[in-house]
Amino acid sequence: MNAAPTDLQPTETLKPPAASVGVLGWLRTNLFSTWYNSLLTLAVIYLLWVSIPPFVRWAFVDSFWTASGKECLEADTGACWSIIPNNIRFIMFGFYPYAEQWRPGLAVVLLVGLLVFSQFRRNWKKSLLYYWLAGLVIMGILMKGGLGLAPVESTKWGGLPLTLLLSVFGLTAAYPLGIVLALGRQSRLPAIRSLCVVYIELIRGVPLISLLFMSSVVFPLFLPEGVTVNKILRAQVAIILFTAAYIAEVVRGGLQGMARGQYEAAESLGLNYYQTMRLIILPQALKIVIPPSVSILISAFKDTSLVVIIALYDLLKTTQAVLGNPEWMGFSAEAYIFIALVYFVCCYYLSSFSRKIERELDTGY
Amino acid sequence: MTPTQATNAGGETSGKTPLLYDPKVRGILYQIGVLAMVGLLSWYLMSNTLANLERQNIATGLGFLEKQSSFEIGESLISYSAADTYFKALLVGALNTLLVSFIGIVLTVVLGTFIGIARLSTNWLVSRMAAVYIEVFQDIPILLQLFFWYAFFYEILPGPRQALNPFNGVFICNRGLIFGIPAAHPAFMYMGIAFVAAIAAVWALKRWARARQARTGQAFPTFKVGVGILIGLPIVTWWLGGAPTAMDVPALKGFNFRGGVSVSPEFTALLLGLVLYTAAFVAEVVRAGIQSVSRGQTEAALSIGLRAGQVLNLVILPQALRVIVPPLTSQMLNLTKNSSLAVAIGYPDFVSVAGTTINQTGQAIEGVGLIMAVYLIFSLSTSAFMNWYNKKIKLVER
Repeated sequence: MNAAPTDLQPTETLKPPAASVGVLGWLRTNLFSTWYNSLLTLAVIYLLWVSIPPFVRWAFVDSFWTASGKECLEADTGACWSIIPNNIRFIMFGFYPYAEQWRPGLAVVLLVGLLVFSQFRRNWKKSLLYYWLAGLVIMGILMKGGLGLAPVESTKWGGLPLTLLLSVFGLTAAYPLGIVLALGRQSRLPAIRSLCVVYIELIRGVPLISLLFMSSVVFPLFLPEGVTVNKILRAQVAIILFTAAYIAEVVRGGLQGMARGQYEAAESLGLNYYQTMRLIILPQALKIVIPPSVSILISAFKDTSLVVIIALYDLLKTTQAVLGNPEWMGFSAEAYIFIALVYFVCCYYLSSFSRKIERELDTGY
Repeated sequence: MTPTQATNAGGETSGKTPLLYDPKVRGILYQIGVLAMVGLLSWYLMSNTLANLERQNIATGLGFLEKQSSFEIGESLISYSAADTYFKALLVGALNTLLVSFIGIVLTVVLGTFIGIARLSTNWLVSRMAAVYIEVFQDIPILLQLFFWYAFFYEILPGPRQALNPFNGVFICNRGLIFGIPAAHPAFMYMGIAFVAAIAAVWALKRWARARQARTGQAFPTFKVGVGILIGLPIVTWWLGGAPTAMDVPALKGFNFRGGVSVSPEFTALLLGLVLYTAAFVAEVVRAGIQSVSRGQTEAALSIGLRAGQVLNLVILPQALRVIVPPLTSQMLNLTKNSSLAVAIGYPDFVSVAGTTINQTGQAIEGVGLIMAVYLIFSLSTSAFMNWYNKKIKLVER
């Protein structure tokens, strides 16, 4: 390269044309880059224009926040949000004794606190396991009673605590079972392998609702005479058996992602099967499958709403019970939008957590 | 079997493995153990069940299928009355499940593909809207969505007299969706035959075009000609058949509509819920599939002189589909399985009919067994078909 000629004057720096920078430039590149993009933009704006203002008017301008159901019905102009504050205790806690409802409330706070605490990777230590165990025991005592608290039958549990318990306990209990099934499916022993394959494929082939039916009508027949198991526990068992099959497939993905060399290295060190799995394979495989496991937690959380069909009073069923009350009949849209918001916030939080953890764990190999 | 024992045993026998430490023998022992446990458990459950059934005087076996069902079903594809057998009632339920799943899958794939492409649009507004749609519909339980649409039909929509009329001949009200169809005419049957013939012709054309291209290197515009045949042949038949234009338009008579086709609110709510929910997942599948094909593929294809349509058809789609098909299959199966939630909003699908049967006969085990068997058949046949398709489009590695 030659040295630059010295007699050249520094050229004047030209500014980019006004149409390609700033707000105008952004609009141009992102909304009006071609004729059909412009058309598309205008069409979407039109759609938003006809749908958003009436919705806002219905939901916020003309809405009622404190009126009784009767007043709402008479005015009949906008959303009747007062259905929520007037029934919030029942929607959240179901038939749990009114005076004792601080207990499930506290249990939910504890559970959410534990979940938030576990999302930070610096807290991922052995102590986390003990915190969870202690937390679950305390939650159990809070819900069921004992230690000076008045006992509450589990038939009276309902609302948000029930939804959360079914999904969190469901996933916690299903995880070990899922790992065993995944290992079984990878096993060299044909009988064990085929048992696991049949179980996993059978469960994944049928809808959850058929298992819930089984838990509510067939399961009592399986037990010896005189032994009964309560409905919530039976539904919980169905959810665990169902979730385990899906976890097994996720874990299998992790196991298959392990390089063959890891197994060979472990074998050459003289480790036996259990040691190989416990010390070498599972710690790595389970790390890979954390993000898909969170997705399973999300679907388990959404799927617990199916217990409505076997008449358990979860969040959705308590809402429906309120809607069955003559005073609040006809305000389904408001009530369902509120519940949808609760579910949405929880699931959105979990899925953004899953995305974050996926980025953090992505070490590039 | 502590480590010390193991070393002792290994040291003493020097070379010859004792029977218990032979991996083969151990494997067999483990398997026998597990099988024995499973067998014992099932024997225990079976004996309990048999005792319970005997005590409660519940019959066993599938004999009830022959008996008269004596309950009505709201919607049916085949003629059915309360005097028919349980078997026929269950068949009606299974057909209803198939109907809603089939229409649902077709609509879901179309809508999901559309939203997935919209998500990748360079248009900021369109891509944002698609993202919001995906996030919102994925994160709300399907059952809640079904309840919402069901309430939408029964509470929010007006009665037949004030029915919404978005297009000419289409009415939406709390009796469901009612729309006009062309009045019956023999020409339509011939059109159907012509369409089938057109499909056969296109298939033959495709084979011929491929053989010719292999022989001479000349490409034939199969797609354009094919679409022309598929649309043209039925239209020509329609014209030859006398070009019937009479429409069977629904009209308000008394309290309800007469004429046209009416789709019940239950079916519409179920279809709407299933399609909107599953489409959000399909959109993500489609987006991931398209993004998996690297930009260089498009550039390379363009640089060897392929036209935009050819790039899509010959380069992008074959690669994207390989990524898309397996997760798409599982979404289709999810839709089929989720259609069982029809029982919650009163659409007579298989689970709903089987539930009524269980209530009437008390034969819970057979009922639940039938539900599982039917869904397993649906699932296995769908995945068999999709596996076949997947194998067909799979990368042929040399």
